[in-house]
Amino acid sequence: MVDRKTAPSIKNAVDFNIQLQPYQKFTLKNGINVYVIDAGVEEVIQLEWIFMAGNRYETKNLVAAATNHLLKNGTQQYSAFDINEHFEFYGSFLNRACYNETASLSLHSMSKHLDHLLPMVAEVLTNATFPQSELDIFVQNSKQRLSVNLQKSDFVASREIEKIIYGADHPYGKYSSAEAYDALTVNDLKAYYEQYYKNGDCMIFMAGKVPANALDLLEKYFGSLTLTNPVIVVNDEYTEPAQKPYEEDIAVDKDGVQASIRLAQNFPNRLHPDFKEVQVLNTLLGGYFGSRLMSNIREEKGYTYGIHSYIQARKTQSAWMISTEAGRDVAAATIQEVYNEMAILRNELVDDEELMLVKNYILGSLLGDLEGPFQIINRWKSYILNGVGNDYFYESIKTIKEITPQRLQELAFKYLWPEKFYKLVVV
Amino acid sequence: MITFDRFVLDNGLKVLVHKDAATPMAVVNVMYNVGARDENPEQTGFAHLFEHLMFGGSINIESYDEPLQMAGGENNAYTTNDLTNYYLQLPVENLETAFWLESDRMLSLAFSPQSLEVQRKVVCEEFKEHYINKPYGDAWHNFRHLCYKQHPYQWMTIGEKLQHIEDARLEDVKSFFNKHYTPCNAILVVAGNVETEQIKELAEKWFGPIPSGEEYLRNLPQEAEQAEARVQTITANVPLDAFYLGFHMGGRLSDEYYTVDLITEIMGNGGSSRLFQKLVKEDKLFSNISCYHMGSIEPGLIVIEGRLIKGITMQTAEKAVWEQIDTLVQNGVTEAELQKAKNKSESVIAFEDMSLMNRANSLAFYELLGDATLINKELDRYNAVTTAQLQATAAKILNRKNSNTLYYLAQNN
Repeated sequence: MVDRKTAPSIKNAVDFNIQLQPYQKFTLKNGINVYVIDAGVEEVIQLEWIFMAGNRYETKNLVAAATNHLLKNGTQQYSAFDINEHFEFYGSFLNRACYNETASLSLHSMSKHLDHLLPMVAEVLTNATFPQSELDIFVQNSKQRLSVNLQKSDFVASREIEKIIYGADHPYGKYSSAEAYDALTVNDLKAYYEQYYKNGDCMIFMAGKVPANALDLLEKYFGSLTLTNPVIVVNDEYTEPAQKPYEEDIAVDKDGVQASIRLAQNFPNRLHPDFKEVQVLNTLLGGYFGSRLMSNIREEKGYTYGIHSYIQARKTQSAWMISTEAGRDVAAATIQEVYNEMAILRNELVDDEELMLVKNYILGSLLGDLEGPFQIINRWKSYILNGVGNDYFYESIKTIKEITPQRLQELAFKYLWPEKFYKLVVV
Repeated sequence: MITFDRFVLDNGLKVLVHKDAATPMAVVNVMYNVGARDENPEQTGFAHLFEHLMFGGSINIESYDEPLQMAGGENNAYTTNDLTNYYLQLPVENLETAFWLESDRMLSLAFSPQSLEVQRKVVCEEFKEHYINKPYGDAWHNFRHLCYKQHPYQWMTIGEKLQHIEDARLEDVKSFFNKHYTPCNAILVVAGNVETEQIKELAEKWFGPIPSGEEYLRNLPQEAEQAEARVQTITANVPLDAFYLGFHMGGRLSDEYYTVDLITEIMGNGGSSRLFQKLVKEDKLFSNISCYHMGSIEPGLIVIEGRLIKGITMQTAEKAVWEQIDTLVQNGVTEAELQKAKNKSESVIAFEDMSLMNRANSLAFYELLGDATLINKELDRYNAVTTAQLQATAAKILNRKNSNTLYYLAQNN
């Protein structure tokens, strides 16, 4: 009979030799760098044009996001409908996204259609017109969406905590409002487009089954654009936005049955010497299903459907965030349990078995995250955009493999104090 | 082309093996032929609650998650109205750990009262988070009841009410397990750099000794053909009026399924779709509108769902939607529109198939439908649809008699 009491022997993930496929790098005539991962079996491709055009560079709220969103809503020759129709006819997806430092345009398509699609991408990046009618629709619909979101305690909590952490005027902390949408003008968008897209700083990331002529096509359609002019970096040095300790309760819905709880502290960026090690401590605390917070607050007490902690990593600075939606009547008890878990990490060494489990989990999960070309290029993209160097991947693995219980306790003692965390409760 | 081998153990467990030598990870997917549709109307939400209990320890193994995480693995599960699916991935070297864990919980759960007690609370918080504490959170609860009068699709997977979950007793848990969580009601898919012979050995070793159980013969009340249009109005504390319109359609294996999929694509998916272009962009009646179908195994629904621009009356908005429907029914679609929808289906399939986990999950789903080889026939089924078929299907389904309309109105508007 099979022995079901004893676990089969395993190979520890710390003993794996995990490799990250290197990218190829090419430079177009005008200096645009192209990073490529050619891999995979499906005949599909992902291309991303990244511009230094995030909200860090805007001088008026929402201009970066609105410009990015309306890039594909009309050019001199084509209407928004024509552009959508073109990409959708080839079964492809043209998306855009705006972050703090960067803003991007991304294309997902079958590899065979690339030559039909790239000319239209170039059109969008050189001839966008930002029609007033499109801006009006965008403003109207964005305001409507915002009015719905403002009734959700989790939405309100997530943006308020960032405001508290970074400050209301900081690119990482400021947020949308109906007034800010109303203040947007076509001229704002055109000027932003001119400076940060047409004359901006661009790089291209390409991954998937790359057709033989892909680089020639990129050279043809993007190699002569007047891109790559350097952007003036605005000054957004961090200033302490509020006095600590900071507590705030916000009421969204008087009948709310759950409280959105956010605890957060400012934390340095990826280049800080503690950053990689703290990732391990964070995983232990609340970074995976078996974490201390989940085990205690969900699996033992049933206060919540989920509780997570994470380093919300951004380029210049980060936040260490603990986030949960908990029953309204157990909100205070939930927060107390979080504090208790911090105390245990400060006061007691993690035992070897739990630490081995966390290491194996992180590394196994990392291995799983490298599946396929899109995942691989996304990892490289993060390293390149954050300026952490090409060895970051292997340095991280080394850190995970080598970290000790003593070091974790030191880090807990340095960071995990309730009074270091801002506390926000939204009902 | 997704290749696989298939065999059946003596106890009835169906096993599919999909080899992919390019990845260091293995995926193990166990699909059980039970969903919210199989629940007692007085004990809804049970299939989903049960999914939570599957992580509360099994007969020989105290914790499911810890050994899996120790082996570098991750897992999750989901419950739908049709089925319950458990999936994990881990480094292929540690594959046997997955067999050990999954077979033990198929053999028997620990049925710990503590686990039931806690997971009842967790699921109640999940219920609150998604369906009570959110604007429009109860829309689907109402809309399902409007559309389905007999069939159990009338309730949501999370359940009818918190009370049903709070009342769950350990003896219900046990009988649910014994009825549904048996080898003959399950499908095991293993994917990754594995050999079929090796999987056969592991399956025989770990799952072979589990008693077969009784095959579950589904005998659910079927929905009678709808005889007249139905309308319901709800008023709630939301900022915007919302509009839901549903039509009954055939099941997953019906001839019209692929045609319907293309209809919804043309009508309401993407920036160049008809409803978006006409009603959001040109007429500015909705801030967003979409058209999709439920993808359910038994006869499902085509749904048109939108939020109105403030100041637009429901009457105006509804009339405009029907104009688009009537235009489709009367004039059909162009060859180019149909080709666009087919091209999109092709690329969606290709993108989905990039993930090993998706492939394993799809194989299990098609096997549950009765034939895993369907996985490689999808594209042909889409490509076979003609504009004439599309128009005929639209006429058959998208009519007033078959319609269910929910007005979800903002208070003080």
